Amino acid sequence: MSGTNKQLPSIFFWACVALTGAFSLGGIALQRGESINSMWLIVAAICIYALGYRFYSAFVASKVLMLDASRATPAERFDDGRDFMPTHKWVVFGHHFAAIAGPGPLIGPTLAAQFGYLPGTLWILIGAVLGGCVQDFVTLFFSIRRDGRSLGQMAKDELGAIGGTAAMIGVMMIMVILIAVLGLVVVNAMKHSPWATSTVAATIPIAVLMGCYLHHLRPGRVLEATLIGVSLLIFAVLGGGWIDNSPTIRSWFDYDAPQLALMVILYGFAAAVLPVWLLLAPRDYLSTFMKLGTITALAIAIVVLRPELKMPALTQFIDGTGPIFGGKLFPFVFITIACGAISGFHALISSGTTPKLLANEQDARFIGYGAMIMESFVAIMAMIAASVLEPGVYFAINSPAGIVGKEAVDAVAKISAWGFPVGVEQMQTLAKTMGESTLFARTGGAPSLAVGMASLFAQVFGEHLLAAWYHFAIMFEALFILTTLDAGTRVARFMLQDMLGNIGLAKTNSYPSILVTSGLVVGAWGYFLYMGTIDPLGGINSLWPLFGIANQMLAAIALCVATTILVKSDKLKYVWVTAVPLAWLIIVTSTAAWEKLFATDLRVGFLSHAADLSAKLANGALPAEQIKSAPHLIFNDYLNAGLTSLFMLITWLLLADTLRVIYCILAGKNYPQSSESAHMPSRLVEKWVRD
Amino acid sequence: MSAFIRYLRSFWRHLNGDATYERYLRHWHERHAEQLQPLSRKAFFAAETQRKWNGVKRCC
Repeated sequence: MSGTNKQLPSIFFWACVALTGAFSLGGIALQRGESINSMWLIVAAICIYALGYRFYSAFVASKVLMLDASRATPAERFDDGRDFMPTHKWVVFGHHFAAIAGPGPLIGPTLAAQFGYLPGTLWILIGAVLGGCVQDFVTLFFSIRRDGRSLGQMAKDELGAIGGTAAMIGVMMIMVILIAVLGLVVVNAMKHSPWATSTVAATIPIAVLMGCYLHHLRPGRVLEATLIGVSLLIFAVLGGGWIDNSPTIRSWFDYDAPQLALMVILYGFAAAVLPVWLLLAPRDYLSTFMKLGTITALAIAIVVLRPELKMPALTQFIDGTGPIFGGKLFPFVFITIACGAISGFHALISSGTTPKLLANEQDARFIGYGAMIMESFVAIMAMIAASVLEPGVYFAINSPAGIVGKEAVDAVAKISAWGFPVGVEQMQTLAKTMGESTLFARTGGAPSLAVGMASLFAQVFGEHLLAAWYHFAIMFEALFILTTLDAGTRVARFMLQDMLGNIGLAKTNSYPSILVTSGLVVGAWGYFLYMGTIDPLGGINSLWPLFGIANQMLAAIALCVATTILVKSDKLKYVWVTAVPLAWLIIVTSTAAWEKLFATDLRVGFLSHAADLSAKLANGALPAEQIKSAPHLIFNDYLNAGLTSLFMLITWLLLADTLRVIYCILAGKNYPQSSESAHMPSRLVEKWVRD
Repeated sequence: MSAFIRYLRSFWRHLNGDATYERYLRHWHERHAEQLQPLSRKAFFAAETQRKWNGVKRCC
């Protein structure tokens, strides 16, 4: 009886959280007509995350995975002072969060805001609590129980060679598409913007300077080097304004999109073959500090200002006619928002790096489930930053010229006709305040997010600095997009070298091999990036869904592995914990892939677009400037269609393999035995403090 | 109070990577003191950077 009495305050507290959450969510969902305050979103999100963490993750931890505090982790057993190292759980949390949170959760929600803020917000919240957080958590846990092995290795051990190979190819392809689409986002932010271009260019010498400082002058003094780097970056942002005002110097940094794409490709190649300490490592320190600082500042700005959301809850574009990317609400909102709801890429971080640091298995809940909640919250903030813009402005920035027309007058007329009033003068004034010549057709999410962030920051920290804040936001996004680009190119290169090495084609460490494999990887993503810049529909229209499909495919692979392991560990009755998100992902990716292949809408179906363009080319119905690029675009459509089919093939192959293994387990036939390491009692457990 | 500040400082240094070398030295003295010399600060960081970027470390 006394036990119940003690629990009463706790029950009351969580009932209040649940009620507040339900009330806020109801408020958001039922709001019609008038604009709604962003605090509703924040409150709903915090309540849902709190409930998910307190109850669902506790259920998964104790009933499904049965975390065992007395069991020694790989960090304790193999403690080598470097790779494997028992580390304080908050330090691991910081490192894990810094590793998983990239530009994805900022860009995806910004693009998905074309459907209105409601669908994206609901998917971010529900997808994270029941899908993404669970995926990160179970992958982390299973990797801990398997000496910190990688996802590919676990797929091979638990499913067999087919699963392992499929996972490996999947990872390489997602890398290529990811880098191309992120490169395109940066290019669209920099085109004909000397301020943005010069600031982003300045990050390269700043990183090199930091690299030399960290490598030669004061080895390993990370904080000192980062402080120097950050101050120089701020100078670079302000200096960019000065460059923008000087007619001569300005012209040195004024390029169109294809030119910038070529520069990014050259840069990517250089970064891949240069030593890591010179460029990649210092840039990563910069981008990590900037990322955490800026995200915190954004959270403070939103909480202090409590801005009104001007975007409607739903727009007419749920019917598939959206200007930023074509396709109906289902399945495309679930593809567009990958990071922030469920991102397969996280499974690569949750297996491999992080599991080697945990001092106790019980920390896996806080780090795996908890860090993903944080990332999901970043996605909610991005959704807010996109929705505080006037919808007309949002669409003017994000709609490609191929949809709304090249001339400002045509664009505003078309966007206003959709019911989102915007004027030429309004856009000119906005561009001028942001220190840009134009903000039209800057598709990709970064510039509209930067306008949203700049107006929030400027209200809190000083109105007269709007242009500087805008370019600060652009620089901040470009900084960690370029880090992902460097790091991704390297990883893809290692994988390619491994694959070629396995068939006896390349020696891993010879310099010619590094040059050739780097060239192949850079060439692969560079091709998609360049094609994206000459595509009149904006490139994002075809590349972002492709990236979403690839990312969700990777999540499906991770969930296939997790589901198999659950069945092997006699947890059949709880298998829905991973099987339901898996089934949902299979439905979503398959529907999206099917539509990307066969839809008759020219902006959705790759094949119908190719057929239409070929017919027009043959009839001479194309305008002169498009005749030259048409054959490339047609080829690109077929290539994209091929890639989409390959993604689907991999997903279904892996699913079939998973079902085969599960059938063998249940039918008592031969199957690959669980590769879980033997139980060893922990000696650290006495020192470990429970939260 | 000063113990708490010391704790915070050490936490911060572990988080940003400044404390990596001291941690390595401590580990070396505990486990490998029979070898000749631990790595110098510079050599340690050179090797550490190389090792760190040998896999998937950053996500989208």
